[in-house]
Amino acid sequence: MSMEFLANFVYILSSVLFAFGLKFLGSPVTARWGNILSALGMLLAVVATLVSGHIVSFQWILIGIIVGATLGALVALKAAMTQMPQMIALLHGCGALASVFVAWSAYHVHGAGDLTNTITLYLSIVIGGLTFTGSGIAWGKLSENLPGKPILFAGQRLVNMGLIVSIFILGVFFILNPAQYHLFLTILVLSLFFGIFLIIPIGGADMPVVISVLNSYSGVVACTTGFVIHNTLLIVVGSIVGANGMILSIIMCKAMNRSITNVLFGGFGAVIQRQGPGEKRQAKSISVEDAFLILENAKSVVIIPGYGLAVAQAQYAVRELGEFLEKNGCDVKYAIHPVAGRMPGHMNVLLAEANVSYDQLMEMDAINPLMDNVDVAIVIGANDVVNPAARHDKSSPIYGMPIINADKAKTVFVIKRSMATGFAGIENDLFYDDNCRMIFGDAKQTVQALVAEFKTSQH
Amino acid sequence: MELIYLLFILVLSVFLGFALISRVPPLLHTPLMSEANAICGIIVVGALIAAGAQANSTLTIILGTSAVALATFNVVGGYLVTDRMLKMFKKKDSTK
Repeated sequence: MSMEFLANFVYILSSVLFAFGLKFLGSPVTARWGNILSALGMLLAVVATLVSGHIVSFQWILIGIIVGATLGALVALKAAMTQMPQMIALLHGCGALASVFVAWSAYHVHGAGDLTNTITLYLSIVIGGLTFTGSGIAWGKLSENLPGKPILFAGQRLVNMGLIVSIFILGVFFILNPAQYHLFLTILVLSLFFGIFLIIPIGGADMPVVISVLNSYSGVVACTTGFVIHNTLLIVVGSIVGANGMILSIIMCKAMNRSITNVLFGGFGAVIQRQGPGEKRQAKSISVEDAFLILENAKSVVIIPGYGLAVAQAQYAVRELGEFLEKNGCDVKYAIHPVAGRMPGHMNVLLAEANVSYDQLMEMDAINPLMDNVDVAIVIGANDVVNPAARHDKSSPIYGMPIINADKAKTVFVIKRSMATGFAGIENDLFYDDNCRMIFGDAKQTVQALVAEFKTSQH
Repeated sequence: MELIYLLFILVLSVFLGFALISRVPPLLHTPLMSEANAICGIIVVGALIAAGAQANSTLTIILGTSAVALATFNVVGGYLVTDRMLKMFKKKDSTK
């Protein structure tokens, strides 16, 4: 009894450390300490559980910890920063599956218990199951083991509706007859399938929302499992993480001017009819040499990165270009759209990796009022997030989406492979503006060519 | 434990979560997500209890041990990867 009391006391301490960990993430200066405090809280919680008296055999625990810790450390230390989105999807999936197993094991040993227990058990396996397979699919899409494009097939909605309805009806039966083991297993299997069908129709550019939603779900599962095994720490942490994922999902959806339901069930790519050629417009291109001459005279430059930067691994080249510009007496800023990349904050991490000082990384709302005074805006691997049609063209599918006002800069360079459309499948008006010049080519090679120009000019 | 107390804790924690997370700048949203993810590995506590209880069937041993492995993977991977990311966020003055 006293050991259990002690364990619960330590759990309180752990929750406080977790809370401080998140609080310290409020600033990049304290963030690393926050993470260490949080990890300390986790260690305390684990030790307290081990000595709480609930545990009689340690051999399997030891095996599990050794395997999990080794693999976790290996993967975490090996993953490149461009691979962060899939890494996080993988972690979500593992956490969710662990929750399912814990809930399952509790059901197997103790039965479902009272009504509350049964309901939370049901929620744990449904949300846990779909989070596990959903994260798996998200991982596949992000790591390009699966096609990133939405996978659509005839009758998809019917299949999804069928799954939702059967999971719900079986759930009612299960809650009324919790002893029915086969119902439990059927619900679990259906939830696993549902997770797959939920994520395959979602395209690559919507991944920031998907990852945030899965983050939220993995918190919710931990929370409901906390109810199943009567553990307050799981409830506290699960609901904090659930709230976290929810906030991020809302931020991401606002940044795309779409609702959560539209992202998750809309099949965005399928809805939009590609515009016909319409009037023939000609975008003006510029050579690297001429672009260099303009950059050399620029007093302020804003670089707007997008997912293409990550694909081309151009972050180091971009930082080098930024340094040359600064040496030249130019003010360099980076404008980061909230949904640039494949997860919230993706671009910030890439540029931080390349040693870009974080005070140069500007949010969309902070940079937009300053765009009028910017000499050159360089768009690298971004498309829809700088499309001015979002501001004025009511017929555009992205109308109303907040964008970075690249077109307001005196000159805009767009580094791009071709005139191909972005994810939304629409033409970008920016490319035809009078002040816009296209630099066709691979992002990394083009930026390196610009850097080379700066190098030769200094000799 | 009474259900109502657990719900009480749940509601307050959600509010705490909202209060804490809305202060995190977009700059740090990726590390925020991976740290939240690592914290979510707190399910390891439940996994430990499941794996360490008196074993009464092969199934519970498999479930418990896999849960411990998966949750530990989540915790260790999550914290390490967050630390790697946060290490990179530097201001120019400190790097030169």
